[in-house]
Amino acid sequence: MKELFGRAHKFGDNINTDYIIAGKYKFKSTDMNDMAKHLMEDIRPGFYDEIEDGDFIVAGHNFGMGSSREQAPLVIKAAGISAVIAQDFARIFYRNCINVGLPVIECDTSRIDQGDELRVDLERGFVHNVTKDTRIKATPLPAVMVKILNDGGLAEHFQKHGGFNLD
Amino acid sequence: MGTIAENIISNHVGKGAKANDIVVCPVDFMMSQDGTTPLTIRAFKDMQGKKVARPDRYAIVIDHNAPSPMESVSNLHKQMREFAKEQGSILYDVGEGVCHVLVPENGYALPGSVIIGADSHTTTYGALNAFATGVGSTDMAAALISGRTWFKVPQTIKLDYHGKLPKGTFSKDIALRMCGRLTANGATYKALEITGEAIEALSAEARMTISNMAVETGAKVGLMNADRKVLDYVAPRAKYPFQGVSADADAKYEQVVREDISKLGPQVACPPDVDNVVPIEKVLGKHIDQVFIGTCTNGRIEDLRIAASILDGRRAHKDLRLIVAPASRAVMQEAMECGVLQKLVKAGAAVTTPSCGPCVGTCGGIPSDNEVVLSTANRNFKGRMGNTKADVYLASPATAAYSAIKGCVSDPREVL
Repeated sequence: MKELFGRAHKFGDNINTDYIIAGKYKFKSTDMNDMAKHLMEDIRPGFYDEIEDGDFIVAGHNFGMGSSREQAPLVIKAAGISAVIAQDFARIFYRNCINVGLPVIECDTSRIDQGDELRVDLERGFVHNVTKDTRIKATPLPAVMVKILNDGGLAEHFQKHGGFNLD
Repeated sequence: MGTIAENIISNHVGKGAKANDIVVCPVDFMMSQDGTTPLTIRAFKDMQGKKVARPDRYAIVIDHNAPSPMESVSNLHKQMREFAKEQGSILYDVGEGVCHVLVPENGYALPGSVIIGADSHTTTYGALNAFATGVGSTDMAAALISGRTWFKVPQTIKLDYHGKLPKGTFSKDIALRMCGRLTANGATYKALEITGEAIEALSAEARMTISNMAVETGAKVGLMNADRKVLDYVAPRAKYPFQGVSADADAKYEQVVREDISKLGPQVACPPDVDNVVPIEKVLGKHIDQVFIGTCTNGRIEDLRIAASILDGRRAHKDLRLIVAPASRAVMQEAMECGVLQKLVKAGAAVTTPSCGPCVGTCGGIPSDNEVVLSTANRNFKGRMGNTKADVYLASPATAAYSAIKGCVSDPREVL
């Protein structure tokens, strides 16, 4: 897995999937590029325009709580975000990220501020805060998720193995 | 040695499954709705899926944006109908109702079963002793193709509610209290096992309100025991064989929370978080512009009966809109036959199609700027009902109905 580089866009605790992409948009279309313009619109209007390709969403606890909508990770990906870094994640969102190939990193995000430049090493599991010159250790992904992510997502895993091959 | 969750999974994988084990588990029933099915179909095709493994065990429900308010949605609905036809799967089209009310009503949520739904409130079926959880569209597609999904077997938090629920207080108040106490991530990745005499005293349908909101604590499932009431509910409708599963006496729990609910009063979740729960006294008199009674949390016949008993012979406040969405066609029909619907309409209710519309902000009751809504739903996030400038409070159908009469948050114990 490659190294990721970008700036941090900082969010708080309990960012729910309705905030990531509101219900009023998600039921209308399956065009993620179009929906991406509304990413986080209800809590940070204009957020989409602040994103440069490769940037990170950095949040507190329980990121992605709420609905099962897979539009949430897909829209984050389509907006050019390379990974989501949070203190911890809600269950369905976490699974959906791995399934669609959006990297998720659990670590102490209190050591990252808005606008900090970050370098993320997924392989070795750490976040280098370039701005603060500190290194933050990430919680390793469960082995089963590493297998799926290494195949590029669950669809790719199924194509490759013809079904689940997680043992 | 196992909890309900561990024992259900063990029965399915044919070996002893313990908390934190990773298992690939057969699934008994699957469901997806109009917000998640189009992406499920896409993932199904990406995975080179040809046939749904068990089409008789897969329901597609058009409920979240129904009837369609615009052409782009109509086109997605059409795609779903075509997929259902091509695969021979079950289809509940516009007007049939809300997925989490239809699945139990039609006998697909059964004790001891494993169910996944591409909707987070799939936890609802835990009230019927089903290990039922929400997944995303790609997980759903994988299960449609293979008939299986993977799980990390969850640790279990046991909630034991004892005491007798006081008059004017309902299962929704227990559900809200649970969310306030555990908080939005208090049970993330864990199973809840919800037990105790207070739960046993509730009807099977009332219990679903609590399991429905289990996901608001982050939980994977909200399991209850398959007692006589559950068996009486499922027996006449069951579509496949089932066997209730209980916890063993020496089951290991991550935590046991005991609570006496004999002094519990009506609870209200304040915006913008479901765990921002207060006793009704703290918000009494709060002006309301719209009351919504319905949803997979509280749109069942019992809920409408309670609302109608309060609204009977009275009138919703003139400065307020009262919207009622019976949660299924069967609920609507029963409400018509027993006079409940008549009472609600006479009291000024705008009765809408059995669907999710207002709850998810897609259609059928979007509030205007700076308005306040009191809803019987399960989520009150900013923008949830389609307008970020509106506030949403959550409460029981009784609180909602009485507040509709008064035009402000009001304590239903005054009339019950």
